Amino acid sequence: MASGADWWALFAHFLAMSMLAIGGAVAVAPEIHRYVVVQRGWIDDTQFSAAIALAQASPGPNLMFVPVIGYAVAGFGGAALALVGMLVPSTTLALAATRWGGKRRESRGVRAFVAGMAPITIGLLLSTGGLLALPHAQQPAAWVLGLATVVLMLRTAINPVWLIAAGATVGALGWI
Amino acid sequence: MNPPPAAQPNQPRSPGELLRVFSALALQGFGGVLPIAQRELVERRQWLTQEQFVETLSIGQVLPGPNIVNMALMIGDRFFGWRGAFAALAGLLALPLMIVMTLAVLYARFAAEPLVAGALHGMGAVAAGLIVAMALKLVPTLARNPLGRVPCALALLATLVVVGGLRWPMAYAVLGIGGAAVAAAWWRLGHAR
Repeated sequence: MASGADWWALFAHFLAMSMLAIGGAVAVAPEIHRYVVVQRGWIDDTQFSAAIALAQASPGPNLMFVPVIGYAVAGFGGAALALVGMLVPSTTLALAATRWGGKRRESRGVRAFVAGMAPITIGLLLSTGGLLALPHAQQPAAWVLGLATVVLMLRTAINPVWLIAAGATVGALGWI
Repeated sequence: MNPPPAAQPNQPRSPGELLRVFSALALQGFGGVLPIAQRELVERRQWLTQEQFVETLSIGQVLPGPNIVNMALMIGDRFFGWRGAFAALAGLLALPLMIVMTLAVLYARFAAEPLVAGALHGMGAVAAGLIVAMALKLVPTLARNPLGRVPCALALLATLVVVGGLRWPMAYAVLGIGGAAVAAAWWRLGHAR
């Protein structure tokens, strides 16, 4: 990534993602992957998965994978552009809508929007999970680890940071 | 969003206190800050009632952008206007950003080391599981969705096929499938009365 047009394209992409992120930042991960990895070829699948894994291993909001992807694409400048792009449109709208939404949240339009978008959001989250599983498609041990994570998260109140630590250990030992 | 003052048992004393409290809760949140925010802001500090928290969350969900970011802005704005909004946002993002960028720099430096590459590979498999589990936890909420179970299942599967399987641009799913689902929900809500 070198030209000014590329910097602008990176920033513009995250501006658009901000407005599409109705189910949260992780829901737009497949679209970010499609653009940054498949269409532009700025980073590869390994770097993309690593960005999401690093964000999951860190405390704080899930959207922290966004600056990590920006960093992988273009260093600290890329990180800043990606994060600012991801935040500005949605935060502006949130501040503007604070007083508007409270009065209208029982209205038919708002309820229809929330109801209609709910299954889309879940479909997008499952797509993100599938995307992250893709580099492991040929590895039975990774499938076991992923499925064990799903079961533990659904059945117990375990802090996910321990699961990430277990994944890092198993991976560093070369078992998957 | 302007409840009578009596509904707010406590208040932050300054934007600086908002910044500190949001920093502290962001640092406790692995895999999602919302449950921590609920415990800290409603139960411990009592800056918001449970009803105010749910109301703020439901508005945050309609808006694009991460829910917790929208919530921080709205809660900060409620107490100190835009100064409060930015104090809460800065608290939520500053320290997690420093931590994750430190990890990103270290990863970029040592990505070629087999130990690091292996660790990230294992973490990626767990991250996939965490996100799938997050999605599956939301599935039961669809039972109460006014859209109805079968249309919900169809919209979910169609999104999964179009975005996860065919890798079409997400705008098709959000505008096409999402638009149809919102229209169907609108129609159903009109006929449910």
